[in-house]
Amino acid sequence: MKPVPALAEGFPDLSGMRVAREPHWFRWLSAALIVLVLAAIGRAFANGQIEWAYVSRFLTAKVILEGIVNTMVMAVLAMALGIFLGVVVAVMRLSPNPVLKTVAAGYTWLFRGTPLILQLLLWFNLALVFPTIGIPGLWSARAVDVMTPFLAALLGLGINQGAYTSEVMRAGMLSVDIGQYEAAQAIGMGRLRALRRIVLPQAMRVVIPPLGNEFIGMVKATSLASVIQYPELLHNAENIYYANSRVIELLIVAGLWYLLVVSVLTPLQMLLERRFARGTLRLAR
Amino acid sequence: MTKPLVAIRAVAKNFGEFQALKNVSLDVWPGEVMCLIGASGSGKTTLLRCINQLAMIDSGGIWLDGELLGVREQGGRLHRLNEREIGRQRLKTGMVFQRFNLFPHKTALENVTEGPLQVQGRKADEVRTEAVELLRRVGLSAKADSYPAQLSGGQQQRVAIARALAMKPMLMLFDEPTSALDPELVGEVLAVMKELAKSGMTMMVVTHELGFAREVADRVVYMDQGAIVEQGRASEVLGAPREERTKAFLSAVI
Repeated sequence: MKPVPALAEGFPDLSGMRVAREPHWFRWLSAALIVLVLAAIGRAFANGQIEWAYVSRFLTAKVILEGIVNTMVMAVLAMALGIFLGVVVAVMRLSPNPVLKTVAAGYTWLFRGTPLILQLLLWFNLALVFPTIGIPGLWSARAVDVMTPFLAALLGLGINQGAYTSEVMRAGMLSVDIGQYEAAQAIGMGRLRALRRIVLPQAMRVVIPPLGNEFIGMVKATSLASVIQYPELLHNAENIYYANSRVIELLIVAGLWYLLVVSVLTPLQMLLERRFARGTLRLAR
Repeated sequence: MTKPLVAIRAVAKNFGEFQALKNVSLDVWPGEVMCLIGASGSGKTTLLRCINQLAMIDSGGIWLDGELLGVREQGGRLHRLNEREIGRQRLKTGMVFQRFNLFPHKTALENVTEGPLQVQGRKADEVRTEAVELLRRVGLSAKADSYPAQLSGGQQQRVAIARALAMKPMLMLFDEPTSALDPELVGEVLAVMKELAKSGMTMMVVTHELGFAREVADRVVYMDQGAIVEQGRASEVLGAPREERTKAFLSAVI
């Protein structure tokens, strides 16, 4: 047997030497350029025909605050309806039953295939199709009384959201390993119990980032309900500028509020992600 | 006169054109430890999955504890059982998977208690006591509150064995339980299985661990191309095989 050769000469000891910091000139230059451009834009707006006093006056006006509350109420309720429908439709879509599958695919096709604003207008004007609605012999009412702007907005936004959410949920469920489903079956679980106890909790981890995305979209999509007289943020801002003609000022007020809400939602999403990351070593950082 | 716990008669199973099982008949007797060996694609895993109804057979019949699996005979025809009845039949078997398939969002203890609590609807304190005892039996008392990702492969597989045992099955099915493990972790899983065999559990083990088969198995079954080629006592099949195909397989493996 040959002896193990001694370490070769000519490779110096590097321990104790530090890796130098690079100056990154280009980063400094580009950052400075961006600050300059932003300052120019800011100056243009400051000198433009905007009465900033109106912005600060209406930022906390009662009607605007009511609008933001209505916006949030609608966004939360419509999203809840959307998630509920989304889970149900995704489970139907993945079922072996061809009837359920077809119904689920048809729902997604119909409500993803038409513009949201058109759906809102259809719900709001349902009374033109069905003057009275109800259950024969039990209860009936005039459609105009039932289909308030609130209900029309909730149905329009929620049902539309359900069509999108169902695809997010389906992707989440498909991302769970088939072995999980088999292990659940092997301890005697039926399809629905396995979905609820084993597959959905694991799918949640995957679907929260896209659902957060969808919810942020929903907060802004509620502004479409202004066309059916639902008193949300944009609708109330419009009502004020119809009276005082301060169009840009009030649109800036609304824009600032939307930005604020969305900024608050992002850390909330991270909290949720951490909650569902249980059992995984790769926590969201 | 005792009856076989599992009776498999003329079972065939196809995946499209591929014949995974061809006319397989076999009995497994109470308390028996049976090792199924053979090359991949020989049908041994499929046979196990058919007994646990993770795969449905195309023809023939499997009886477990005297009960026909998956179908009911009525008026000269076979009718598929519904999901609930299949779930009830599955409770008689425990399955251990090659890739463990522990529930990653639940702790070791929660993995073990999930079935008894959710499926069998048993009392929480009683189930918990049993689960703690089961984890002790597989040597993982200290890991009860760990999540699967915090456990080694060998530890995960031992939790999976405890999870299957928690349902109090009459028959334990092992599908290549050590194939996904690093070599140094194989021993701890085999030790738990040996202990289980000694306790009198009826076991069907698909394995490549011929040493385990030689030491523990009452019977070794060699399968090839979806059929049983040779079976008998471990010393006979592994020590002095009669069939050419068995000889070829064994010389390739050892």
